Amino acid sequence: MLGESLEVRDLCVTAITPDGDEIEIVKQVGFSIAQGEVLALIGESGSGKTTIALSLLGYARRGCRIAGGSIRLGDSSILDLPPAALRNLRGHRVAYIAQSAAASFNPSKRLMDQVIEGALRHGVMSRREAEAKAVELFRELALPDPEGIGSRYPHQVSGGQLQRLMAAMALITDPALVILDEPTTALDVTTQIEVLRAFKRVVRERGTTAIYVSHDLAVVAQMADRVLVLNGGETQEQGEIEQILDRPNHPYTKSLLEAARPEQQLSPPPLERGDELLRIDDLQVGYGTRDAQGIPAKVVLDDIMLRLESGQALGVIGESGSGKSTLAMAVAGLAAHSRGEVVFNGQALSATLRGRTPDQFRRIQMVFQSADNALNPAHSIERILTRPLRTYFKLDAEERRRRVRELMDLVKLPHSLLSRRPGELSGGQKQRVNLARALAAKPDLLLCDEVTSALDTVVGAAILELLVELRSKLGVSLLFISHDISTVRALCDDVMVLYKGDCVESGSCASVISSPQHPYTQRLIGSVPELRRGWLESQPSFASLEQDCVA
Amino acid sequence: MNNSIFKIVLGRLSSGVSTLLIVSLVIFAITALLPGDAAQQILGQFATPEQVAALRIQLGLDQPAPLRYLSWLGGLLSGDLGQSVSNAMPVSELMAGRLPNSLLLAGITTVIAVPIALLLGIASAMCRDRLLDRILNVCTLSMVAVPEFLVATLAVLIFAVHLGWLPALSYVSTVEGVGDFIRIYAMPVLTLCAVLVAQMARMTRAAIINQLDSPYIEMARLKGIGPLRRVLNHALPNALGPIANAVALSLSYLLGGVIIVETIFNYPGIAGLMVDAVANRDLALVQACAMLFCAAYLVLVLIADLCAILSNPRLRHQ
Amino acid sequence: MNNSLLDSRRPSSEPESRVSAPQRHAKPFNLTRWVGATLVIFWLLVAIFGPMLAPHPVGALVADKIYSGASAAFPLGTDYLGRDMLSRILTGARYTVGLALIAALLSSLIGASLGMLAALAPRWLDESVSRLNDALISIPSKMLALVMVSAFGASIPLLILTAVISYAPGAFRISRSLAANIATLEYVQVARTRGEGKLYIAAVEVLPNMFHPVLTDMGMRFVFIVLLLSGMSFLGLGVQPPMADLGSLVRENIGGLSQGALAVIGPALAIGTLTIGANLLIDSLSANRGQQGE
Repeated sequence: MLGESLEVRDLCVTAITPDGDEIEIVKQVGFSIAQGEVLALIGESGSGKTTIALSLLGYARRGCRIAGGSIRLGDSSILDLPPAALRNLRGHRVAYIAQSAAASFNPSKRLMDQVIEGALRHGVMSRREAEAKAVELFRELALPDPEGIGSRYPHQVSGGQLQRLMAAMALITDPALVILDEPTTALDVTTQIEVLRAFKRVVRERGTTAIYVSHDLAVVAQMADRVLVLNGGETQEQGEIEQILDRPNHPYTKSLLEAARPEQQLSPPPLERGDELLRIDDLQVGYGTRDAQGIPAKVVLDDIMLRLESGQALGVIGESGSGKSTLAMAVAGLAAHSRGEVVFNGQALSATLRGRTPDQFRRIQMVFQSADNALNPAHSIERILTRPLRTYFKLDAEERRRRVRELMDLVKLPHSLLSRRPGELSGGQKQRVNLARALAAKPDLLLCDEVTSALDTVVGAAILELLVELRSKLGVSLLFISHDISTVRALCDDVMVLYKGDCVESGSCASVISSPQHPYTQRLIGSVPELRRGWLESQPSFASLEQDCVA
Repeated sequence: MNNSIFKIVLGRLSSGVSTLLIVSLVIFAITALLPGDAAQQILGQFATPEQVAALRIQLGLDQPAPLRYLSWLGGLLSGDLGQSVSNAMPVSELMAGRLPNSLLLAGITTVIAVPIALLLGIASAMCRDRLLDRILNVCTLSMVAVPEFLVATLAVLIFAVHLGWLPALSYVSTVEGVGDFIRIYAMPVLTLCAVLVAQMARMTRAAIINQLDSPYIEMARLKGIGPLRRVLNHALPNALGPIANAVALSLSYLLGGVIIVETIFNYPGIAGLMVDAVANRDLALVQACAMLFCAAYLVLVLIADLCAILSNPRLRHQ
Repeated sequence: MNNSLLDSRRPSSEPESRVSAPQRHAKPFNLTRWVGATLVIFWLLVAIFGPMLAPHPVGALVADKIYSGASAAFPLGTDYLGRDMLSRILTGARYTVGLALIAALLSSLIGASLGMLAALAPRWLDESVSRLNDALISIPSKMLALVMVSAFGASIPLLILTAVISYAPGAFRISRSLAANIATLEYVQVARTRGEGKLYIAAVEVLPNMFHPVLTDMGMRFVFIVLLLSGMSFLGLGVQPPMADLGSLVRENIGGLSQGALAVIGPALAIGTLTIGANLLIDSLSANRGQQGE
């Protein structure tokens, strides 16, 4: 089956709020795609992009309903189909690839059975034909062991492989329209590039019409012909990918583009070399029982050395499982090290919280990733900010009041928020409060663990800007943990690259990022998509390295 | 079966045994903490000190408590459950006479209740938030909160008093043919089933809905898989563990429920025996019955745990 | 809005079956909550004021007919000795509701505070306490009650103690896992790295976020305890004469069952309406919170 054209007109989707009100979450959205074309739906959380993608299958999630509009695929009108015909359309003419492959596979069924289930249920082919076709698709998608992988269970293969298996599941019936909903967002960049490459090849070769849903303009630049920019359920702009990247018309599109390239907008303030603040020697951290030599059952970090001067910002880069968060935890005293030492301000820090002095507690402050969990939902913002002042400083009530308001000004939040609870704040506001609480202690060292990664791009960019400003204003040192190279480049002087618990490379940001020495660093930096068409094709393949992820 | 699953199963088994040991300690401790003296209790106010002392020695009450516990535990393991004071018979003989009746009652109830409950639970989950589900929800929610004796009295009132179909009391000794059997077991089983079905149906519904909310069910739906197949083929295999747990927990409720039901219908089962023993302060009999019920409970929970382990693909295929 | 790629033809009013009609979305009147709340409040009022409103003294033999039906003088009939059932239920409800309320409060209080402490305690202590707790949970409540009564006899303090021993372990388990979950959250980690003490963390950071689930759990425990205590009384092993809770009233009059006497149905229904009401109320409240959390 070759791709078919799609035309969506005046699509409206509504949702019921907990209060029982019905609100529009997709407002009069319309677009059309020619046969074999790839359209990207770009937007941040709450933009309605996934809701639109799902409605193309005639489906709305619980509490939502498609309230108006029309969707025409080829010669059939999807929203007018009776339930049985709609069922026959899904997983046959229209296929869906979800964001989290790990959650989208049934944990108790073999992969092959799940991949071919749709084809069998729709009576497209016999089991033998379907299995043969699946194996062929596995091979095309560069999956290891194409003959054998189908007999495994989902937990036995890696995330990147599952994502490709889901693509095979979608393509097995040669659908006329494929919907890819943030298919690489949950993956590390080095895995993402291989998956993108595989997706692009199979979609292009088949001439399938596709919708690519993403928040990441750089990824979309590799995959799509045209882009539709969404915000708050409304179309902001649509056009060819080159036009959107080079000559955006809508201010929202411009802000998205700026946020996607923070290193072009921001740079770290000039550094004045100070005294040594933090030194880590030969650090080993792990979990589980320790053996006779004192080595833990599972070592997460090993042989880590670093040196941080006062006022300096060090970025720690790594993918999931690299141990980068554990490094921050070890400095904070939340993860005990089994070897080596952490020297702060000339004194060795106790491995656990127990042996630390109040002054050490005050001078090292940690800022966590998820703003949702970092603030106690039962307390008001004022209370959250007042507590560190009470703990560390002898201030009277008036001084505390004044200091709390100073802190709010510092992170650019209105004083009116002080009486609110965290649940009433937006993600960006919560992350600012989170920072303000850490700054209340007047710390020398701020440990930031992925502070921008749970936020939307534009909001994250604003937090990053605030951090740069705080650095130059307060001269605080930063240990900045991130998986994202561009945020590190925008904020930090030096960078350290972690891979599976080892430091593979470190040095100044400029030198490491522009001329990486270690093969892993090269691969990591080479895998970050750039905001231009044709980048994906120009990158060398690291497929051989990916094989070591096979379970 | 691989090595790690074997280890997990072994771990569950040993933790079950150690729990049972702690339970036996608790039960023994309660009955050994008796403020008065068991011998005095048995002989009454007017016994001479010599008689009491003699009985104390006969019952082994002069020994220190840890020793008594060990010998009691040894007796439990070897099947020597001591002497029932009120019946002047060995406890094991008394229990052996009653146990089959109780097992029969529990067995019939289980065979009837489990399929009905699973059916209702699955139907309810499939019609989630629709009329059937809401009605079932209110019914089961009310049913789980109802005391057994209310169900029993209402059942007697309707079927025995007003309709006259069934006798109000059960006598197992007079079973002649299928008709009698039904007439005798109908009401006790009905009473037990009422609460049991409601509990299991609720937990089954919750277990399945938990799965139905997961992304892989949405994915199945977007592959064009119909609702029945989604539930039976996709959700159910993953809900087996929680459902097995629900069934075990509810059946353990059965252990408490039979106490009331056997009393109200004069059913000669082991629970009735225990209630009499409590009233007569026949401690050896109470201890033995309590241990039997606790052991039964633990075995049920263990079986459910094993079902959950064996149905988990992560543990089966590593 | 820029829909330039679409032509300007507006869609005509085609029949659109997949496009569903607007649903009524006014907040639905929650019948189960209303019924539940009414029943619970009714029985609480009866427990407080019932004995004052009783038309006859509880123990007085006021009628010459036993097991009589409803009449103007005796709205709920008379019992096996010819006493007024209305007065006996009004008085008995105080025992049933009061005892269960005390026992539920105590078991939640003890279970929840120990559970929270265990979650924050050193690991060895937490594990050994939890192990003991698991063993206590695995003794069915009625079984424990029977063993306790056989050893110590039935008295009101003993019944409360029994209910607490039976139901505090459940509260312990729930609050321990709640507290352990909250303790892994980042705001607690932040408090720890701020150098806060255990007591502060328990009382200020953890406790306020456990309040609602623990309260819901206490409601469930109340229902279970009512069922346990009335069951014991029904067996004659609970509240002892001359005192009588609702379960005792069912037992006393069970002889009238074959005549369909109101005296046996009345108190049984009284317990049923109390527990069903409480259950409906708790369920509707917790379901509602769950929705808002989404």
